[in-house]
Amino acid sequence: MVRSLVERYEDDLFLVKGVPGWTAVAVLLVGLAVLPFLLPRLGLGYLLFILILMAANVIVAVGLNLLVGYTGLISLGHAGFVAIGAYASGLLVTRLGLPWYVAWIGAAAISAGFGFLVGLPALRLAGPYLAIATLGFGIAVYQVLTNWTALSGGRTGLPVAQLSLGIAALTPTQQLYYVAIAAAVGLSWVAYNLTRSHIGRALAAIRDSDIAAEITGVSLTWYKTLAFAISAAYAGVAGAVIAQALRHLEPQSFTFLESITYFAMIVIGGLGTVSGAIIGGVILTLLPHFLSGFKQWLPIIYGVAIIVMMLIEPRGLYGRWVRVKMYFKAWPL
Amino acid sequence: MTQLAQYMMGGLATGSLYALVALGVVLLYRSSRVLNFAHGDIATLGAFVAFMLMTRAVPFAVAVPAGMAAVAALGAAFYFLVLRPAKEATLLGKIVLTLGLALAVSGAIQVVWGADTQVFPFPLSDTRVYRLGQIVVSEMMLGTITAGVVLLVAMYTLVQKTKIGLAMRAVAQNPDAAQALGIPARRIYALTWGLASALGGAAGVLLAPVVYLDPFMMLDPFLKGFAAAVMGGMDSFPGAVLGGFLLGIAENVFAGYVSFKFKTTLAFVIIILVLLVRPEGLLGREYHRRV
Repeated sequence: MVRSLVERYEDDLFLVKGVPGWTAVAVLLVGLAVLPFLLPRLGLGYLLFILILMAANVIVAVGLNLLVGYTGLISLGHAGFVAIGAYASGLLVTRLGLPWYVAWIGAAAISAGFGFLVGLPALRLAGPYLAIATLGFGIAVYQVLTNWTALSGGRTGLPVAQLSLGIAALTPTQQLYYVAIAAAVGLSWVAYNLTRSHIGRALAAIRDSDIAAEITGVSLTWYKTLAFAISAAYAGVAGAVIAQALRHLEPQSFTFLESITYFAMIVIGGLGTVSGAIIGGVILTLLPHFLSGFKQWLPIIYGVAIIVMMLIEPRGLYGRWVRVKMYFKAWPL
Repeated sequence: MTQLAQYMMGGLATGSLYALVALGVVLLYRSSRVLNFAHGDIATLGAFVAFMLMTRAVPFAVAVPAGMAAVAALGAAFYFLVLRPAKEATLLGKIVLTLGLALAVSGAIQVVWGADTQVFPFPLSDTRVYRLGQIVVSEMMLGTITAGVVLLVAMYTLVQKTKIGLAMRAVAQNPDAAQALGIPARRIYALTWGLASALGGAAGVLLAPVVYLDPFMMLDPFLKGFAAAVMGGMDSFPGAVLGGFLLGIAENVFAGYVSFKFKTTLAFVIIILVLLVRPEGLLGREYHRRV
């Protein structure tokens, strides 16, 4: 089947292209909607929990990719933002008794605030220096949470009240599943739209050459801090999802290793594409689960996968998929 | 006053370890502009290889150089097998590659040796102490400081006074021109990787008796080493050493008088402040950006 050529810029910008695209999206959404009812019948009810974590990871990966893949600013401390979101939502719900949706918005806002603060030094720091600064931020958050017991409950942890949609027909896990998946789908949609707006183009311009971008009128101060704030807000929402999924927060869940795993997601999935981040988030959540017998091999697998990916396909799995698709589209040329 | 001097002495010992880590980082950064995130894990591997040999009755004096040689080979191999083929990689790409190496090496250590903590047999004792006036110095601290200083001087001499060092500096300045003049740039890069890894291995061995041997033992010192390198200037050997000592002392004094819990946080506060005020570091040359 040969599709018509792209003739206008707008054609190229369509989010979902043609009948196959819409079918795929519809199948995906329906599939996600019926899974909570399908899985228990297959005796795989426990997978629902994994899928909630998957939604959280997808949200972090999409947000991180906006920062790393689109803007070219590195962050090795994203677990710090996730932790801030998790604890903020937990404290807002448990200590202040706010409804969960207010707490989630609060978590996103607080995380974004910290993202803005980390973004400020990013104005002066490039490449390796920024990597160190963000890495330090992630570790500092972990240490503060471990040591500031009044805030975090310290090593004993912080219990989080369960969210409720008030729908009696659904179990709490199913309710959380729907909220988490809705957040992941919604935020991915926002990210897609963001990347094809003037903001997305400004971010890509900064990545390709920040000096050239500034000369053409892109405010580095505004867009770099904005990229950090948006990325951190995504991580904050993901933190709120994780807080609800675990129902008991410990600083141990937000270590340097988590930051690296988030990074691995976007590298393996594909730097600089929203779809790549989603693919990476899905694979790196499900893979460890199905390979649980080889748990100690996982770091090696991730490490080698990252190296191999950078060497043979820097655009990640999604980039490879696009290439394969283009090959068949253009076949037999 | 005595207490302050005591804290500073302890800081000097820790600082010499940071300086060693920083030196390896700076060596690589100067020559190839790559920040090696696997430095800490390579160092851990060096310590583990030495440990494995020592449990098989190999004497300390042989096991440690063997461990350093093993990680040097790994560093050189990483350059030839991964960085060479990926020479077109962007800065971000190179950072990602070293992160991949870090994960793989740390994973391999966990698979081979397990995640348990082990005691590293070290010929110098932590409990046998000397007194300098009122300050107490353990044999271990003296050994660490001595080893640190000796390696620093050796590295400085190698880079500044020998032909190989001259080649390294030439390649660092302009790899294409150096190659055109007949300097084997690739071999020099591989040598730099090997040397930096060996330095890391030495730091790992010196650190192992202090923190015990476990797969993540280098994470903290390695970050501090980075912090020291950034503080001193990423392209300056004396800067790395100065940064290491300053950071060690600042941290120890802070831990003694203010808060022990937040001493790691302090390191990062220091880096961020240094970078904001003086991005090129204390002794680094001016921070240029080419358009």
